[in-house]
Amino acid sequence: MVDMTIPEEQVVTGTIEDAIDKLKQRFPKDVSDDDRQGYSGVIISSDKLQEAARYIKDELGFDYLSNATAVDYLGEGVHSEDHLEMVYHAFRTTGGSALVFKAQTDRTNATLPSVTPVWRGADFQEREAYDLMGIKFEGHPNLQRILLWEGFNGYPLRKDWKEAYYEEDHKPFGSRWPAGHVHRAEEKSVFGKNVNYPADIDLSRLNDVSESTMYKAFGMGVDTEHVVDHNGVQTDQLIVNMGPHHPSTHGVFRMIMEIDGETVTKLEPVMGYLHRNHEKIGERNTFLHNIPFTDRLDYISSMGNNHGYVMAVEQLLALGAKYNPPTYRAEVIRVLMVELTRIVNHLWAIGFWLNDLGAFFTPVLYFVQERERILDFFEATAGSRMMCNYMRFGGVFADIPERIHSVSNLINDRVRDFDTMKFLTEMINERIPRSIDEVDEYLTQNDIVQARGMGVGYLSRENAIDYSAAGPVLRGSGVAYDVRKSDPYSIYPELDFDMVVETEGDMYARYLVRLGEMRESLRILKQLLPRLEYTHGESVTENNSAYSSKVPIGEAYGRVENGKGELGFYVVSAGDKRAAANPWRYHVRAPSFINLTPLGLMSTGGKVADVVAILGSIDIVLGETDR
Amino acid sequence: MNGVGFAKGMWVTLRHFLETYVDDVRYGFRKYAPDLDNFETRQGVDAQGAFTVQYPDEKVAVPERFRFVPFLVVENYDHEERPGKDWCTSCGICAKVCPPQCIWIVRSNDPETGRPVPEPEAFFIDIDICMNCGFCAEFCPFDAIKMDHDYELASYDRTTNHIFDKDKLSKEFRYWNTIAPTRAVEEAEARGGWEHKDVQKEARRGGSTRDKKADAARAEKREAVRARKEAAAAPKAEAPAAEAAPAKEEPAAEAPWNDDEEQKRKRREAALRRKAARAAKRAEDGDS
Ligand code: SF4
Ligand code: SF4
Repeated sequence: MVDMTIPEEQVVTGTIEDAIDKLKQRFPKDVSDDDRQGYSGVIISSDKLQEAARYIKDELGFDYLSNATAVDYLGEGVHSEDHLEMVYHAFRTTGGSALVFKAQTDRTNATLPSVTPVWRGADFQEREAYDLMGIKFEGHPNLQRILLWEGFNGYPLRKDWKEAYYEEDHKPFGSRWPAGHVHRAEEKSVFGKNVNYPADIDLSRLNDVSESTMYKAFGMGVDTEHVVDHNGVQTDQLIVNMGPHHPSTHGVFRMIMEIDGETVTKLEPVMGYLHRNHEKIGERNTFLHNIPFTDRLDYISSMGNNHGYVMAVEQLLALGAKYNPPTYRAEVIRVLMVELTRIVNHLWAIGFWLNDLGAFFTPVLYFVQERERILDFFEATAGSRMMCNYMRFGGVFADIPERIHSVSNLINDRVRDFDTMKFLTEMINERIPRSIDEVDEYLTQNDIVQARGMGVGYLSRENAIDYSAAGPVLRGSGVAYDVRKSDPYSIYPELDFDMVVETEGDMYARYLVRLGEMRESLRILKQLLPRLEYTHGESVTENNSAYSSKVPIGEAYGRVENGKGELGFYVVSAGDKRAAANPWRYHVRAPSFINLTPLGLMSTGGKVADVVAILGSIDIVLGETDR
Repeated sequence: MNGVGFAKGMWVTLRHFLETYVDDVRYGFRKYAPDLDNFETRQGVDAQGAFTVQYPDEKVAVPERFRFVPFLVVENYDHEERPGKDWCTSCGICAKVCPPQCIWIVRSNDPETGRPVPEPEAFFIDIDICMNCGFCAEFCPFDAIKMDHDYELASYDRTTNHIFDKDKLSKEFRYWNTIAPTRAVEEAEARGGWEHKDVQKEARRGGSTRDKKADAARAEKREAVRARKEAAAAPKAEAPAAEAAPAKEEPAAEAPWNDDEEQKRKRREAALRRKAARAAKRAEDGDS
């Protein structure tokens, strides 16, 4: 653990209310309270947005822009006037809750000033808002579509945009009951079976732009004739595409690199190959429907995803009358699940990073052994190994079972039959510590790991904050920021654990952070065992019987520290009479996505082989990156 | 020191490699023989080395809460009063909570009055779309839809085989009792008995004449529907009819749900015929 001292004069403290007061004093005409029912924060007029953002960062100390997203307020009964709105959540890296500020623009020529000059972390998030909502950001260095392709027709997250299989604005669909005569959606689609296009389809909107346009937009372009002379070694400049179909990219992901010999001079990630517009689906869904969909984001840590989402909706539910918060036991079980998930996640992350370093699959397979145990427990409790769908608003799906039992129509029943508490105790006290020690013993001092990891993929402390990096990437760069400590939730305040911080900012530091965090998770888990014992018998399923919860009007931002970094859910309930059970806006602040913002920075100057490992050290899952 | 870390790493691989053989010797190489006990040895808590499961010859058992594509609970085929009757009352809740909206239900209407009758006329689940979330089972107020443990649903043509209809979805209540004994008991306690909620309610009410009339009307309608179906299926149903009879005598402990498709179909048909005969008899009794 490193003592993180920050020069006194830089530390700005004070409550959010103080900060808002100061902001209003500084910009009396341009900053006003957001006094809509259930909303918080301030609204800043768009022409002063950049100036105010700078003030918020430099003077008020909110140096970390966690989340920036857009909302489309369209239609009567929602808000007085139709408009698009950018919502920003800024935090202090010294801890505390969010300063929420918003800027509004009209829907026809939606334009706002970019805040990227203030926080570089807004880069990808503004591109996403441009891509999906159609807001143009003046002053953005590289305003292009990010998840969809250039030439896509329309802005899919706008409320008046309809998808190919559109049926109704909100689920549940009327065609399912009571006269549910089944048909397959693809038969109704205008594209038929996706091979013949009907005659009246305008194919021009499906045209792709040529690759060179894309390179140009990224500011890449090489003179093929040009030869660079490095002390007698002559090299060509090239553009190399790594991916999308490349085994090292952990999914369908592409990096465009401009290289000079073996050295990367510029790198831009290209993503969206797995994009399914998770957020649009989420807005068609009811609040409840979304829980299993969050499993599919970062499918390694579905328990953590569930937790973030239910926390966001619980904030909204708490505004209403009929709602019981989760019981203590429910919270204990949630933390139990989430910490086990963190261990699974970090084992995977380290394992795949080693794959990228050339230790092909040997370490991973030994890690899988431990992971299997944890997944056995998940399966016995939640019913599924990976798509857990375990948490509910105000509780969890069901209490942990008495025995980890394999009752089924198959004959080999006796193989996995343990008392759950004994199984957990053994796993937490013996098995996992043993294998983490093994990881430590065999890898931490390993020559290859050190030679390849130290000093490679460097990200400085300032840049880590500026680029909104999160999780082990942020802490590996010496920033002591962990949502569990800095903006505590659930029962974390009463648990005894440390934040793991390393100052080097390289790949090896990230590895050490992950290793340390697994140990800290074990510390937490050990404290949970007695709590599980003495809360035995307490209900964990408080509000489960209600299948359509009416969610009060308002906005909420629920954030958890997931294995990959801060996972946030921004949820707006419009309290619309037609659909109070459906979110008006559902946004995921995906750590896998935002952590890619500094990828180009970390890779520049490195070798091509290092790029693969640097990507591995960020630890992304494409299900979450592309959403 | 250079090379030490490297050697240590290689040692892990070597150790696992050796452990496999040590374990082999310990059990005298018996552990690979296709036998249940050997499988347990290999998969057990203190097994060392290779622990591969030779799927599909061997399978790891799934826990009780395991969820795969749901099935519909129907009354046991040898039930006294209501053999093969759907537990589902077509209330539509599962169709509403289903996140990807893959449940389609046609509610039955009384042919005379046109009023809804609490049983589904048709019930479909598109198993390609089902995300196995378990909400339908969780929120069904009649314990009529449950998550299955049978995960081997692959077929050669997704466009024709993957929308499951009521026939394909229905499984006896006994089956649920076997795959999830603990849950089944808990649910029965909550219902107040092993029988379906409505049956218990009726038993408590003592069954009024109005109900009996409605029952008779329903039986008639069922008979009509069945007659139509049978007429359509007649040429197919002829052949297996002869062998179908002994299936009834099969002891329940034989785990009939492990049968292949053919046997399942036969059993279902036999049950339907028995049911038809009984209903016809009842209708006759009512007429005379
Ligand atoms: S919720 Fe249960 S009773 Fe209602 S329609 Fe679905 S399966 Fe039938
Ligand atoms: S398991 Fe989930 S997705 Fe599948 S039918 Fe039930 S509710 Fe729908």
